[in-house]
Amino acid sequence: MIRKIQTIVLLILFFFPNNVHSLIEVDITRGNLNPLPIAVSPLFSDEKTTSNGKKELEISDIGSEISKIVENNLRRSGLFNPLDKKAFLQKSDIAHFKPRFEDWGLIKAQALITGKVSLIDDKLKVEFRLWDILAGREMIALAFTTVPNNWRRVGHIITDKVYERLTGEKGYFDTRIIYVSEKGPKTRRIKRLAIMDQDGFNNKYLTLGNELVLTPRFSPTNQMVTYLSYFKNLPRVYLLDIETGLQEVVGDFPGMTFAPRFSPDGKKIIMSFAKDGNSEIYTMDLENRIVEKITNHPSIDTSPSFSPNGKYIAFNSDRSGYQQIYTMKSNGKSVKRISFGKGLYGTPVWSPRGDLIAFTKLHKGKFYIGVMRTDGTGERLLTENYYQEAPSWSPNGRVLIFYRETKSDSEGKGFSAKLWSIDLTGYNERLVETETDASDPSWSSLLSN
Amino acid sequence: MNLVKILRNAFLVVLFSFVLSACATKTKQVGQLQGDVYTGTDTVEYLAKGVPDRVFFGTNESILTTRSRDTLRKQAAWLRKNPSINVVLEGHADERGTREYNLALGERRANAAKDYLMTYGVSSDRISVISYGKERPVDSGSNPLSWSKNRRAVTVKAN
Repeated sequence: MIRKIQTIVLLILFFFPNNVHSLIEVDITRGNLNPLPIAVSPLFSDEKTTSNGKKELEISDIGSEISKIVENNLRRSGLFNPLDKKAFLQKSDIAHFKPRFEDWGLIKAQALITGKVSLIDDKLKVEFRLWDILAGREMIALAFTTVPNNWRRVGHIITDKVYERLTGEKGYFDTRIIYVSEKGPKTRRIKRLAIMDQDGFNNKYLTLGNELVLTPRFSPTNQMVTYLSYFKNLPRVYLLDIETGLQEVVGDFPGMTFAPRFSPDGKKIIMSFAKDGNSEIYTMDLENRIVEKITNHPSIDTSPSFSPNGKYIAFNSDRSGYQQIYTMKSNGKSVKRISFGKGLYGTPVWSPRGDLIAFTKLHKGKFYIGVMRTDGTGERLLTENYYQEAPSWSPNGRVLIFYRETKSDSEGKGFSAKLWSIDLTGYNERLVETETDASDPSWSSLLSN
Repeated sequence: MNLVKILRNAFLVVLFSFVLSACATKTKQVGQLQGDVYTGTDTVEYLAKGVPDRVFFGTNESILTTRSRDTLRKQAAWLRKNPSINVVLEGHADERGTREYNLALGERRANAAKDYLMTYGVSSDRISVISYGKERPVDSGSNPLSWSKNRRAVTVKAN
């Protein structure tokens, strides 16, 4: 008898789960063919704020501009469908206090973002709310204060909070991308380090273009960049402070150093050092300047990538005859090959989630961006192209940014290099707009940490 | 009946000669590549009369071909005759590979050439090495012939 009751209770629990969560959930683990219809109401601002916005920041309607940032972020994520503002029935100030859910439901919105912004006495105060239209309830209510110059970051932070509430994952919108801006003929490309917000705004150049610069990477605090420079025709790894613009060479190596990255704790640089035809992986401690040799093999060892806990390193080696991906402990022991498919593998990058390694693959004249588990199983190719390489992970490990080049004739006509991004699901492949041609992108971690 | 036979044979002969001439054209097109190592002189410059300044490599290779070794012996002889001249060996790769690996491959190619010059009596302190990976192609084309011209190690006078 008790057995029967137990079974019935279990069955009831199974078929009628306790659901106190909202009805809206966005699944980011599968390809999303039904982006969530969401209404992004312009943030309400009073007259004083609007006029301050015009005066101090040269923006005609700060509340509207911030909501546009949120809208664009949500649209570009491929998971949301921001609805046309012209269809909105309720005004932004009223909606923020008491949305008429039926009005928003009429235009088929399932979620609504409203807010208020004030710019007074050099302080930018923002409050916003996320509403579940179907359940007729508020989901988040947040307020924060910042400096006026951060007004674009306000839009990104709001997006991150909304994304996190609806997907269960941290967002990636309050971030920057560092990359190499390219110009000129293929035979003599002019390259400069550049940095921009992940939505393409606030682009800034960090070097002048007088010497070749390649493969920049952020430090974990996003304050420093490490990269390869051919300053004085000596290819070496450098550090650059983003705020001050100060550059310094890393260490005192008697030969080319290249392929630099920071360790996850930011204390070391890991890189390749090439001498007498052999490239090995080394680390250098930025504080005590101690140099450690990590690999020891006559093959090419390069493109190192730390696991997020700093215990392992994935890297590219041709010790088996051709470019393959290997992992090893951070002290160089227990080297293990993990790529076994057909073709050449390069540019391994360990996901910030620790679960996957993204890579570039070349097979039968085609380039692929793919991912595999850290033991090499589950290889999945996301996109194929004439030429593409060097994926970099968004900080939530859900999106990859990389670059592509096009074919050109013998005069170099037709050549272009552009940044592209794709979701881990293989969907939402899109061009990342840049002022010039671009390559070697690297994604920062969240700025608001 | 005889006429038909003659006409048919004539047709076959004409057809056959078209096929042959097509084959002849094909051989010409691949004449500048041996395996996939460039053997032409399009992009070659000269350190001195009869001394080519560069050697070429196969895809992913840093092995010196017979022709390359011949070129390097000529360079070594010239360098022995001009002991005050120092050189930089530039290593390059084609665009069909990942950027960082190509930097390493260029360095390996330049060192392969440097080692060979040293074998023929050029002291190592007269030779420095630099890799440009795929950053400085000499041919902008996106085809196997262009790529083969870019897989090179170039000897450049340093002074």
